[in-house]
Amino acid sequence: MTTTLDAPGRFGRFGGRYVPETLISALDELEGAWTAATADPGFREQLDGLLRDYVGRATPLYRAHRFEAEIGAGPVYFKREDLNHTGAHKINNAIGQALLAQRMGKPRIIAETGAGQHGVATATACALLGLDCVVYMGAEDVERQALNVYRMRLLGAEVRPVHSGTSTLKDATNEAIRDWVTNVRDTHYIIGSVVGPDPFPRMVRDFHAVIGSETRAQILEREGRLPAAVVACVGGGSNAMGMFHAFVGDEDVELIGVEAAGEGLDSDRHSATLTAGRPGVLHGAMSYLLQDGDGQVAPAHSVSAGLDYPGVGPEHSFLKDSGRATYVSVTDDEALDAFHLVSRLEGIIPALETAHAIAHMRTMGPTHEGRGPIVLCLSGRGDKDVTHVARVTGRELGET
Amino acid sequence: MPDSRISRVFARRADEGRGVLVPYVTAGFPDPDATVPILRAIADAGADVIELGVPFSDPLADGPTIQASSFRALENGTTVKKVFEALRAFRETHDTAVVLFTYLNPVLRYGDPAFCSDAVDAGADGLLLTDLPAGSDPELEARISSSGLDLIRLLAPTTEVERVAAVSGQAAGFLYYISRTGVTGARAELPEDLVERVREIRTAVGLPVAVGFGISTPEQASAVREVAEGVVVGSALIKAIDAGGAEAAGRFVVGLRAALD
Repeated sequence: MTTTLDAPGRFGRFGGRYVPETLISALDELEGAWTAATADPGFREQLDGLLRDYVGRATPLYRAHRFEAEIGAGPVYFKREDLNHTGAHKINNAIGQALLAQRMGKPRIIAETGAGQHGVATATACALLGLDCVVYMGAEDVERQALNVYRMRLLGAEVRPVHSGTSTLKDATNEAIRDWVTNVRDTHYIIGSVVGPDPFPRMVRDFHAVIGSETRAQILEREGRLPAAVVACVGGGSNAMGMFHAFVGDEDVELIGVEAAGEGLDSDRHSATLTAGRPGVLHGAMSYLLQDGDGQVAPAHSVSAGLDYPGVGPEHSFLKDSGRATYVSVTDDEALDAFHLVSRLEGIIPALETAHAIAHMRTMGPTHEGRGPIVLCLSGRGDKDVTHVARVTGRELGET
Repeated sequence: MPDSRISRVFARRADEGRGVLVPYVTAGFPDPDATVPILRAIADAGADVIELGVPFSDPLADGPTIQASSFRALENGTTVKKVFEALRAFRETHDTAVVLFTYLNPVLRYGDPAFCSDAVDAGADGLLLTDLPAGSDPELEARISSSGLDLIRLLAPTTEVERVAAVSGQAAGFLYYISRTGVTGARAELPEDLVERVREIRTAVGLPVAVGFGISTPEQASAVREVAEGVVVGSALIKAIDAGGAEAAGRFVVGLRAALD
């Protein structure tokens, strides 16, 4: 395979391997290790055991009666990824890739993080498996996600704030790639979403596909049918891809991804890549991208650090262009309203990222009345966000 | 070897028994008006092939020095069109070969056929895209290769031997060997395996080899010259420009030139 130059890993025209030459051999090695691991029942057994006993899978599919009444459609189910160890779906991928790194004999792990959930999940997996861990995080995110920074350090990871560019997730990703290029021989890069060069988008998707496969079995048991729609937030798009994958072949199941419209699509302060971007190349893959007329990557904005990314996974770009999935967007204010609503109606404080998907369900409620079950991927818990929400809504923690 | 301004200068230097000097500068750094005087100064000081960086917002193959120069150039309003204008002005006075060094996205946004034809029209001789490794996008690579620009290929310390031959089979002008795993930036020492790796590559390829990444002094340039035809110097030159503009750039390049003659 190394003697010919094949174009690998595409979703239609999206995806690929647009990386510095130095990383090509590492991607070949990773692809080989991933292929071997998927064919090895021992690997699957080890991973499934950890997902069950350590992460706490399967996660429940919970029927949200009060929210259902509020939006006037349903039944509405929440797939409770927030109940995973570390509080979000991210751990599914972090554990899987950390096991893979161990198989490859790479003792050092690097990761990027935005909201800090992937960083915490990676730090956790590294603590569990005894791997060194360095997490790159935009300096602005270090400030707005202080709790997660502290958690990562407790778990033994080194958190390196990134001050270049816009000091957010895209810059943390640049810095992680620079580290990987430098230390590629002994380091594995655990990318936190379905982004990056092949094989990452399909590998990360496959580690998260457990979300959709559990949901499918659970909804069939509860409702005796497939959902009319599944809804998930999309930054890079890993929880959405994990949920969608089991349903892509079921044409009657509507797949809805919800992006962050920030301060509005007209404001230039948003992260709605699929809604408002155009195809380009960033971080190793061809995909939709927020960019200016000269091909410079445009700064993204969202109240939620985890959605604050100008790119998106290439498979989402493919699903958008093929029409199989629909992508919509929700503003900061709508997401904040949904954050408060679900906290009070269901006793579940959702992550701000997830709150975007919840906000869209309120909008789609009236049009979906009587059409059948809707499943939300409740991708993470919102404890990490409470300080930030208090600040942006003009309150202080401790205020009564 | 196909005839191009780049291949001709490598052939001429080989005949003379001299090394090929390949300095890198970021277009628009420290300000847009500085680019043409800097290009002229380094050409007059003995540059053989100039790598002209088209700044990109996310230069993930670059270290802190070139990152900072790119951000500064973008803040100053540098665009692809302005880089072409500067190159055109340079071409009025100089015949030195120029390779545009950038990332893929600005090229795609411009439209790759238009980018290549406007680049040729402005006087560019080659194109080096750090995030378009050989084989990653065959149709795009074929369009660039047939545009009149030499598509400069990179080889890394991690490139497998079998891949070296496949990459060099598609390359034009010269092969750019990345001296170390890592990003651009000045380093105190050359990597230990450099000589051995470059010798290995020299036997496998039919093109001249230039070595870059981390070469910052005349002494290092001279050592690299022992095994490779060309030497690329970037970050150290950017630092010289930052400290003393075109004049300092010229002085710095004169020192490198002497080390290769």
